[in-house]
Amino acid sequence: MMAENNGVYLIRGAAILGAGAEDLMIRDGLIAARGADASSAEGAEDATVVEAGGLVALPGMVDIHTHLREPGREDAETVETGTRAAALGGYTAVHAMANSNPVADTAGVVEQVHSLGRASGWVDVRPVGAVTVGLAGEQLAELGAMADSRAQVRVFSDDGICVHDPVLMRRALEYVKAFDGVVAQHAQEPRLTAGAQMNEGTVSSVLGLAGWPAVAEESIIARDVLLAQHVDSRLHVCHVSTAGSVEIIRWAKGRGINVTAEVTPHHLLLTDDLVRSYDPVYKVNPPLRTDADVQALREALADGTIDVIGTDHAPHPSEHKECEWAQAAMGMTGLETALSVVQQTMIDTGLMDWAGFARITSTTPAAIGRVADQGRPLEVGEPANIILVDPSARWTVDPSKMATMGRNSPFKGRELPGKVVATFFKGHPTVLNGSLNTPYRHPAATAAGAS
Amino acid sequence: MKHLLSTQDLSLANAVQILDTAEEMAAVGEREVKKLPALRGRTVVNLFFEDSTRTRISFEAAAKRLSADVINFAAKGSSVSKGESLKDTAQTLSAMGADAVVIRHWASGAPQRLAATDWIDAAVINAGDGTHEHPTQALLDAFTMRRHWTKLTGAASIGADLTGMRVVIAGDVLHSRVARSNVWLLRTLGAHVTLVAPPTLLPIGVESWPCKVSYNLDEVIEGGVDAVMMLRVQGERMNASFFPSTREYSRRWGFDDNRLRSLDTLGLKDTIIMHPGPMNRGLEISSAAADSPRSTVLAQVRNGVSVRMAALYLLLSGDTREPAAVPAGTTAAPTTKESK
Repeated sequence: MMAENNGVYLIRGAAILGAGAEDLMIRDGLIAARGADASSAEGAEDATVVEAGGLVALPGMVDIHTHLREPGREDAETVETGTRAAALGGYTAVHAMANSNPVADTAGVVEQVHSLGRASGWVDVRPVGAVTVGLAGEQLAELGAMADSRAQVRVFSDDGICVHDPVLMRRALEYVKAFDGVVAQHAQEPRLTAGAQMNEGTVSSVLGLAGWPAVAEESIIARDVLLAQHVDSRLHVCHVSTAGSVEIIRWAKGRGINVTAEVTPHHLLLTDDLVRSYDPVYKVNPPLRTDADVQALREALADGTIDVIGTDHAPHPSEHKECEWAQAAMGMTGLETALSVVQQTMIDTGLMDWAGFARITSTTPAAIGRVADQGRPLEVGEPANIILVDPSARWTVDPSKMATMGRNSPFKGRELPGKVVATFFKGHPTVLNGSLNTPYRHPAATAAGAS
Repeated sequence: MKHLLSTQDLSLANAVQILDTAEEMAAVGEREVKKLPALRGRTVVNLFFEDSTRTRISFEAAAKRLSADVINFAAKGSSVSKGESLKDTAQTLSAMGADAVVIRHWASGAPQRLAATDWIDAAVINAGDGTHEHPTQALLDAFTMRRHWTKLTGAASIGADLTGMRVVIAGDVLHSRVARSNVWLLRTLGAHVTLVAPPTLLPIGVESWPCKVSYNLDEVIEGGVDAVMMLRVQGERMNASFFPSTREYSRRWGFDDNRLRSLDTLGLKDTIIMHPGPMNRGLEISSAAADSPRSTVLAQVRNGVSVRMAALYLLLSGDTREPAAVPAGTTAAPTTKESK
């Protein structure tokens, strides 16, 4: 822990985006100086010095896909615990998915989540609004009211459930154009996946678990990119998991369709072979796929076909995983392991550098979510949302030590590379020395919605 | 081998050992007093989350012939139907001192969950899990086939495998735990398996299985077959577009009277007809086929008790790593070993 101070920090010798070592000075929530000027800048003599030799400085990560569970399932996660996990994982903003209880389908609920996020002060919490009332897929929720609310919702999703009615999807895509919104689709054809338990293929044939065919994802993505083209709107595809989906998105981008796509860290590393254990910690929606899919997803992320990392952080109480596979809830935690898994699969493999990492974890997700002061370059005058990462660190995943309430990490026991050493959120260190510090306190006088 | 969860991971030595031990157990069944003291003082729980009177009474008879104490725990109408979890049920049984749990569950992998977690320390026997496996059914099928096969070849049954035997498994492979367990076990025992099914009732990924696949039952029979195993068609498949109608299914994939006659005209006089039961007469198997001298349906039931005695005995006596330790001679009773 560190005593509250004057809010001036001098980060010394960090490799900015993995390039040469430079100094950064933070003052009043902004990057006040960079490079040789930093140590002589005004106020530097009173600054708290953070030695960052060997560390990489990156813009704070922005998660486009997080489940914070509050309101409704505070036994699984709260905004407080989920955003603590986010800060430790290197995030300075998360998009909180709408499948809470009550569903975030009204201005009231999204404002509540937004307020809880501000009160916690660990990251920016950007509520995602439901596309349809109650996620029921029948009637559009009041998207405009959510957009105009203090939460300023721009991302709309029925995540967990596919907006499978083609007319409703068309209308949603059209309607969000009025306020520069985006529809984030959970691509899963419901009839093709009734009762599905795992990826349909060699492993499911042996395990006798009902198959979840790749075509159930791909057919919806194919339909949606054509709808997005037809109505000239903006589509985001959640958690792409198959090689075939990658091909369709590549084709759509080649035609100039305004589509973005995300991939989860777990789909970049894990395969359906793990299901042979029948351990529900590996049960997730969409399911873990094959090694060929994993390789295709990595290549697509490297070449820009897939735009961003979304954790799909989905904490569950242990009783929802300590049971039969078919009874278990779907989902995995991910906020505190995302950076390490992406480093292992994309950077340590040579597919991407740290500048690319900043693009897929910060710049582009902030752009998709229209989050104005996140994902910015580490330049003078920009908001000081900065993380310091030790890429040479190695650590063994122990879910019981995580800040999230969820213990359902599929990486349990694995040794992973890379560790977040510090997270600066609006110029304030929420994480220092790899541990939680103190939350940022929003000035009381700040106008509503100005976070 | 502490548990019997699947046939996929069953070695040839262990499989043959179970079959050989089952022969010893079958000999006990011929005696006037059909009971051994082998598992006296041990507790076997039949934990059934799915109705299956046949399998349950088979295991019950097997455990009782070995003098074990048997507890039948049917999930319906119990605390399980009031929402108790598998974990709590398992811990309850553990606290009551169960030495073996015979579990039938509608969810694939449930027995493996019991075996892999620390919820219970008992030996776990899979008595059928979802659409995954039913290893003791495959073992009793193999036992039945081995008796038939060795009689034909004149070899001794003890120690034999099924090298060269041609086995056809026909029907709803997609949803069949019996088919899966048979495919792995028969491969291990050296038999050649051909699956016959409508394409809708074969799993995606079946091409990776160690067997041939055909859509044409007549062609496969004409190619020569030593055992035909017909799988039950579950009622719930009939209205889910897996096939157009029960009549069409019966004509194309059922073992009907014409196919029964074709065995004779093709000169396949020693081909047996198998069915795990319960049968849908007139759907996947005709009455004439089910009741013909070729049918082994009742022998399978009888052999089921012997095979389950063998499995319980070997798991609870801890003898499975040393096949040589199987009691020799058909009259010697297996002795109890306390080591577990």
